[in-house]
Amino acid sequence: MDEKLSRKLRILADAAKYDASCSSSGAPKRKADAGGLGSTVGTGICHAYTPDGRCVSLLKILLTNYCLFDCAYCVNRRSSNVKRAKFSVDEVVTLTVEFYKRNYIEGLFLSSGIIRSPDHTMEQMILVAKKLRRDHGFRGYIHLKTIPEASPWLIEEAGLWADRLSINLELPTERSLERLAPEKDGASIETAMAQMSERIEEAREERRHFSPAGQSTQMIVGADETTDEDVLRTSAKLYGHYAMKRVYYSAFSPIPDSSAILPLKSPPLMRENRLYQADWLLRYYGFNVDEIATGGDKGMLDLDIDPKLAWALKNRHRFPVDVNAADREMLLRVPGLGARAVDKIVVARKHTTLRLEDIARLTSGLKRAKPFLIAADHHPKARLDRLDLRARLIEKPEQLSLFG
Amino acid sequence: MTLHRITLKPGADLQNFRRAVRWLIADELAPQHVVFAVDDAPSLFGEEQAGDAAPVSIPKGVARLIEHVVCHSDPERYALLYRLVWRVLNGERELLEIASDPLVHRLDLMARSVRRDLHKMHAFVRFRRMRHDDLERFAAWFEPEHFILEAAAPFFVDRFRSMDWTILTPIGSVRWDRAALSFGPAAKREDAPDADSFEEGWRGYYESVFNPARVNPTAMRAEMPKKYWHNMPETAAIPGLIQSAVQRVDRMIEQEATMPAKRIPERALEAMWDQEPKSLKDLNAIIEKAGPLVPGATQAVFGEGPVHADIVFVGEQPGDQEDLQGRPFVGPAGKLLDKAMKEAGIDRSHAYLTNAVKHFKFELRGKRRIHAKPTTGEVKHYRPWLMKELELVKPKLVVALGGTALLALTGKSTPISRSRGRARFDGYEGYVTVHPSYLLRLPDEATKREAYDAFVNDLRRIHDLAQADLETGELPLAAE
Repeated sequence: MDEKLSRKLRILADAAKYDASCSSSGAPKRKADAGGLGSTVGTGICHAYTPDGRCVSLLKILLTNYCLFDCAYCVNRRSSNVKRAKFSVDEVVTLTVEFYKRNYIEGLFLSSGIIRSPDHTMEQMILVAKKLRRDHGFRGYIHLKTIPEASPWLIEEAGLWADRLSINLELPTERSLERLAPEKDGASIETAMAQMSERIEEAREERRHFSPAGQSTQMIVGADETTDEDVLRTSAKLYGHYAMKRVYYSAFSPIPDSSAILPLKSPPLMRENRLYQADWLLRYYGFNVDEIATGGDKGMLDLDIDPKLAWALKNRHRFPVDVNAADREMLLRVPGLGARAVDKIVVARKHTTLRLEDIARLTSGLKRAKPFLIAADHHPKARLDRLDLRARLIEKPEQLSLFG
Repeated sequence: MTLHRITLKPGADLQNFRRAVRWLIADELAPQHVVFAVDDAPSLFGEEQAGDAAPVSIPKGVARLIEHVVCHSDPERYALLYRLVWRVLNGERELLEIASDPLVHRLDLMARSVRRDLHKMHAFVRFRRMRHDDLERFAAWFEPEHFILEAAAPFFVDRFRSMDWTILTPIGSVRWDRAALSFGPAAKREDAPDADSFEEGWRGYYESVFNPARVNPTAMRAEMPKKYWHNMPETAAIPGLIQSAVQRVDRMIEQEATMPAKRIPERALEAMWDQEPKSLKDLNAIIEKAGPLVPGATQAVFGEGPVHADIVFVGEQPGDQEDLQGRPFVGPAGKLLDKAMKEAGIDRSHAYLTNAVKHFKFELRGKRRIHAKPTTGEVKHYRPWLMKELELVKPKLVVALGGTALLALTGKSTPISRSRGRARFDGYEGYVTVHPSYLLRLPDEATKREAYDAFVNDLRRIHDLAQADLETGELPLAAE
């Protein structure tokens, strides 16, 4: 691999890393043709992990980090003095194919700064995907970032080649968008999301390929004053209206040559973590935003305990729950019991009566669950009402800060 | 009762374990009377048992669990599995559903460990291109925790079918030569290439995607345990990345905001938003460049007619003839439309004719290209282009010929019979009628005649509507 290409790769990978999405999941299972390259597996594969604990699944790069937009939070905004570079379409294709052949990656995640015009940029990105699919018989995963300011026909085209499309909302409120991302506009983002979600749904029914792994988005947390509650309301809307597969939360992190109008501090990683937990409660545990918000304070989640435990502590009258009798919906609300553990409990109790040691084999969260559940040999009694219950259940913070 | 000794091959000896289970069950030998051992010379029941005992019927879930657990490196795996089979066949058929049972729990953990090892092998194998090799052959050295080589191989075949590759491990090797898979003996690290020309670039990528402000080596090690590191070229960068992280972040935080070195590119910013196609020619160039959004088609067939025509006729999609000639409505349906237009007093050369879908979607049957109806989603892929086309032509009246055109113009599927007549499409005055190809498909002459007359009548009204001042709604004839 030649030196110049290596240098560009460093710049354009560095420029792409603030996108939290890495997943290569959701694509239909595909295998390589006789002359082709690549396959997809349902859940995706992480080929490496960097020392920030994040997975490396796709070759996540920008086509270029030259950009006409001036979004304050973005390392690539036009007013930043970072080093710039631009790949040719063929360079991206070569890198993807050669990295893929060595089993470094699951495929490509291509995004780009806006050069010349949104349409021109989007066309170049589509061209990369098209060349991979058509000229190299590439069956691996392709995630294309959609540029909402581009013409609508480009979205129609992009979905035919990509496994997943995404538009980053970045800021959860229109007000923040106006202040921090002057070239962006919430309405056109939502129009594009609606267009993608409609087309994805139609293609699924017609068994055709159009972004079969759906669409995802990202919101930056901590760059503006939006509360967790409002972030989650925006997420709930995105899941509901546009059938998002994932909403990613990205703790705003210091960037080289950052803008003067943004906070310069360590990224709020614990907040990001709690938002992800709350997001799961919305999607898989039957909670709504109001319920999650009651566990916190003034619209912010409790950083010391997970949001399900926070909700349970403020709703103790709903507990204890009998693992041998309660319905699935209520078991899902027991702190420390994940959806998989609940499913196992529901099946196992048809054949046996569960004791505490049985539950211990099904979940690693027994300590949190114990005060809230009844088993054949266990009843929390007054322990559930103890005033210091919250304090007793706070876990030692995991290593999230620098070398913590 | 004496202990019965079963000796299986080293590794994941699923085949012999299955055979052993059949014999043990047939002989009603309870687990406490059986010991399993591993040796290069397997012996199930000594020499007396040549054939196979009757198959044993076990639930699918149990069979799947066995397949995974036999790959485990734990020498106890066969004994544990036999205990499971015994219990399942002796009154506890649904045993697997009791995930909390200690044996089920233990086997589940073992199966999970095997699946994780498989997953990690799929993830962490790093191929290196063999040197001095014109054939583009690749090889990798990998050290799995369990006996998973055979279970892991199909994944690599599915993925790297067109490559020639070998994976070498301490428990055996596997080669795919673009045609067949073959398993070979254990190998040594030195047998694999020691470098690859893309590794430096890959390491550079790995270093660049790391965000020092989020450093968290514990989380990394949880997913990528150290034991895998020495076969992954990128991990050489890890100590340096961790060591310099704090310093890098401090520098970013301490650094004061700089002034942009470049002026604001006013002209480029203005030009950026000026991206819309300004003419039909621009639009057609875009459509041509995009290529078909439906299967089939040799070329795009654009709309045809004067730019500011009063009437735009929208059909479904080009047919065989249109596809070959690159012009709309030149096949049998087009000829019929010509005739009807003439009778209705519409001059084709003054109208603009186009299609909802700009490419001929077809299926090949023998040598014949058979028209295939575009799906709703496909029609909508073309919709933005059609709407832009109308914006550029600015007609007084838009005519939907048939259901596909109606779908394209409204974004919704509605039957023609219910919407025939005047309509509005996204701000355009519209009219809905049948597609001329519908007339061609009618079976008998009488119906055909009748339908044709109705079609000509529609065209007459279309002609009149286009003449009228639609703003005031005044029509030259009392057509409504």
